[in-house]
Order: sequence, then structure tokens, then C-alpha cells
Amino acid sequence: MARKILESKKLRGYYRAPFGVVQGVDGISLSVYEGDSLAIAGESGCGKTTLIELLTGTPVPLLRYEGGEITVEGYDILHIDPEKLRKEVKCVHLSYVPQSALSSLNPTKRIKEFLADMLKERTGKSYTPDEAKEMIGKHFKRLGLDTKLLDRYPHELSGGEKQRANIAISTFCEPSILLVDEPTSSLDVTSQRKMIELLIDILRRKIIRSLVVVSHDLGVLRQMCDRLAIMYGGRLVEVGKMDDIVAKPLHPYTKLLLGSLVPLEKKIKNKRLKSIPGSPPDLRDPPPACRFHPRCPEVMDICKKKRPPMFKIKGRGVACWLYAKGG
Amino acid sequence: MGKRDPILRLENLTKYYTAGYVFTKQVCGAKNVSFSLKRGEILSLVGESGSGKTTVAKMILRLIKPTSGNIYLGGEDALKMDKKEYWCRVQAVFQDPYSTFNGYYVVDKPLIEAFDLLKKVKGVTYSKSEKREIIESTLEKIGMNPDEILGRYPHQTSGGQMQRLLVARSLIMSPDLLVADEPTSMVDASTRVAVMEEILRLRREKKMSIIFVTHDVGQAYYIGDRAVVMRKGEIVEEGPVKKVFFSPKHPYTKDLVASVPPLHKKWNI
Repeated sequence: MARKILESKKLRGYYRAPFGVVQGVDGISLSVYEGDSLAIAGESGCGKTTLIELLTGTPVPLLRYEGGEITVEGYDILHIDPEKLRKEVKCVHLSYVPQSALSSLNPTKRIKEFLADMLKERTGKSYTPDEAKEMIGKHFKRLGLDTKLLDRYPHELSGGEKQRANIAISTFCEPSILLVDEPTSSLDVTSQRKMIELLIDILRRKIIRSLVVVSHDLGVLRQMCDRLAIMYGGRLVEVGKMDDIVAKPLHPYTKLLLGSLVPLEKKIKNKRLKSIPGSPPDLRDPPPACRFHPRCPEVMDICKKKRPPMFKIKGRGVACWLYAKGG
Repeated sequence: MGKRDPILRLENLTKYYTAGYVFTKQVCGAKNVSFSLKRGEILSLVGESGSGKTTVAKMILRLIKPTSGNIYLGGEDALKMDKKEYWCRVQAVFQDPYSTFNGYYVVDKPLIEAFDLLKKVKGVTYSKSEKREIIESTLEKIGMNPDEILGRYPHQTSGGQMQRLLVARSLIMSPDLLVADEPTSMVDASTRVAVMEEILRLRREKKMSIIFVTHDVGQAYYIGDRAVVMRKGEIVEEGPVKKVFFSPKHPYTKDLVASVPPLHKKWNI
């Protein structure tokens, strides 16, 4: 069995704001192994970004860690000293590329100047921008990126270039795990493909050991990842191999979600697509027990009373009472 | 106008935006765009961001003035028509539902305003109860509960609901042409299909012609009869959807279609 890189157990994170408590992530357990690529998919507001922010160990204010555990390469990242987390875990073992990666480069500095700062922080030595360029340029070349990018200001780069530069910067220390939030959401289809190729490439060449990608676009995730986790209302509803889930979804929500996609396939034209009735739950006051039960076409009595655990079926986890043994 | 005449015809529509104050620069938004749309036809306007699809949609809606070229609606010169009268015949669903609705008013407002426009242009008047009745029956028709939705403010409704309200507005006005500018891009996956189904219903029930602007090739194929692919303000390919997306001729269209990640197949990378 492959080495476990990241593990979360019963992880909970809520937004505590004046208007109430939003149960963004409510009891999520998952593991990421060496060589693994995990996709986390769901509609907007299902808690995907909340989950990945918690996994970085430094949730942004309003979002609060409420319980559970996260272990990254043996570090209990939620309970160690923040300075230790920043110096020993971040970048070295765990890197995170946020959704707003396009605006995360310093607009007043050339990229090489920005990187000189980063290198100083990581190595403790001072570098001139040109030395930084030389060091990081090698890494950029290895990823097939143009080193000319390093001489430019962020506004001189296109969206796709900025996003790829971000990925290159965050993989410079060759972290064990790379967390990426919506890597393609603001990109055109052509730069989207380049992004997918880049992420697959860095994992194959073992620049990173494992990859977690969050996106709402299942088509993109399908190309990048081997495993898929579907989220709904702050919880995982189905986890398993990507091919299995796409070919034969088990959870009612996954079935409906996959049925409402419009991929470019010849047969889609004559198919009558179905939308999911109702609207996503308000996580300030989520439905009790199974959070999907108000919209579920196969709802049973028990769904309204008791939260379904993850049932194991053929190597897949499904949180639905339909798959309870004997039921 | 005969029944077979196109409802909308664009002739060499061109738009140059002027950028800057002192040192002005001309930026091409659309260049020599010509196509026509038959009655009851859905045309998908596809392109990546910056390809000029929204510029064309806005020119058709007469929200921006073309630099040159002509628009004919049912044979008449659209640029010379009275704007109010024109908007009675051409309606729109925009990309961002939250900016379409005025946050200070309840969501009924644009629906009631539709009757004011009808009164001004066509001279038909409705009493308050008649208006309410028509609105309620229309909402029921598109599968929304009027008691639940009417009287709410935009921030209390979801994006998908607001987009469907705009479709309801089009059902009330029954225009000749609907311009839907990325109506599904800000809507959740689960309700996206509902918005598309309602747009298809407009065609089915009102024989409306529709221009569906999108960057999503799958949606363009699903909803459209014909497709126009744009790039850098110019049309690169035009034809029936099946031909354009499954046997594209132009290298750009080939590239575009090949870059769409399929769901049931894995790329060889």
C-alpha cells in the first residue's frame, strides 16, 4: 500500500459570522496517498473551497476550525505552532494554489523580484532578482514554461500564463502534496488544456507526490485525476475511482449531477436533460440527517432521521441509506 | 414580410471601441459580422472570452451603437426604429442575474414593467389583477411557485430563479427575438439545465428566434440549430451545429472542439 501523505478525520469547519453559523465543512474524512490525484467536485456553495482551505491548516478568518484532525506527512497541522507550520510544512510538504491565484502575484514587482523574496524566506540567504531568475528559471524550463515570464510584471501576463507561473512557483520546493482550487475556472478552453497537461505532467514526473484539485467542472477533473470525491452541503456523498463513478454513479445526487451535465457528445442532442429539483441547502440551517433528502427522488424515512455513514461498496464510499446492508 | 424571410439579418456589423483619453487607440470589438436568423431558429454564438460575442449581442440589442454596418429586424432597418418599440420585439437574458435586477425592488418589478412597455408601444392596457393573473400563470407554466417567488428581493432568490424570471418576462412580452447572453454561466450545474429547457420552451411555444451566446461548446451544441464561431471579432465558421462541432473545417474551430474536456473519454496526455 502506498504511503499516506494527507489524512483528515471528521474534519469540521464553520463560518462564524454575525448573521449565523454556516456549517461549511461538516465531518469530512479522507486520505491522499503517494501518487494519488484526488478531485473534489460539487456545486457552488457545497463547501469545496472551505474544505481545501481547512486542509492548508490556515483557514482565513470567519472560517474556523471546529474539530477533527489533519495530518500531513506526520505533522498534526491544526495543532502545531503556526510559525513551524509556515517554515517546515508549507511549500516543503504542502503547497496551495488558491482560486484567486490570478491576483496573488505582487503587481508592483517583476516576478523574479517577488521570487527573490520567496527564496530568501525559504533558504535564509539573500538573492538578487537575477540569481533568483537563474535558480527558478531551471524549474520553469523543466515545466516547459518560458523563462521570459520572470522578467515581466504580473499585468503583462495572460490569465493562463499567470496561473501556470503560480503552479511553477508553488512546486519549486517539490512539495509532497499540491492543493489547487479551481485551476481552470477563469481560463479559456485552450489555456485550460495547457493547465491540465501541466498538472498531470508535474505529478507524473514526481515533482509533486500527490495532487488534490477542487473544481465544479467534472470534464476537467476527469482528465486530471484518478479518484473523485463528490461533495454536497458540506459533506462527502461519494468517494471512489473516477472511471467507476462517471460510468456508474451510486449516490442519487451524483446520478442527478452527472445527468445534468452537457458534454459535447453527439447523442446529447436528442437526450432530454433533467435538472435537480429544488435548490442547494442553506448551510446556516441545513436539513437534518441526510442533507440531500429534501431534493432526493429516492428518499426514505430513515433519510430524514439519521445521518448516513459512508457505506463501503466495491472499493467505493457512498453516504446513502440505499446502500445500507440488508436495506 | 413573408414567413420565410429571416427575422434578423446582420450586414457587415463592425464595432471599434476607443480606448484612452489623450492618446486614443482603436480596439476592434467586432469586424464585418454578417449572419441571418430564421423564424423559430436557435443560433449559438460561440467563442472564447474576448472574441466579440457579447459585443455582437449588445449591438443586436442596440445597447451599443455599431461603428458601421446594418441590422435588419424582419426586413426593417433596426437602427432607425424607435428604441422602445424595438425592445418590445427584442428581449434579453443577461449573464449576471444579480446586476440585471435592481436590488431595491422586489423581483416582480421587471415583470410588471413589461406590461408598461406593452402599453406604451402596442397600446394594450391591463388592470392590476389581470397583470397579476398573467404573471402567476406564466410562472406556473415554467414550473415556479408564484407565491414563493413573488414579493421577494433579488438577494433572496437564487441565480437560476432570476434567470428563469427573465425567461418568464420574455414569455409575457412574446418578442420576435430573444438574445440570451451567457444565461447559464453564473447558474449552478443542477439548475443550468432548467434555464436551458425554459429557453427551448420559448421556441416551442412562441416560435421565438433565439440567439444563444455561450463559451460552452457542449451547451451550444445541445441548444442550437446553427452555430456561429467567432474569434477576435470575426466569424470563423458558420453552419449547422452537427457540422460545426463534429466535422469542423476551420483550424480554430478544430482546436476549440479538441480542447473541450470530454466526460466519458480520457485524453492521451
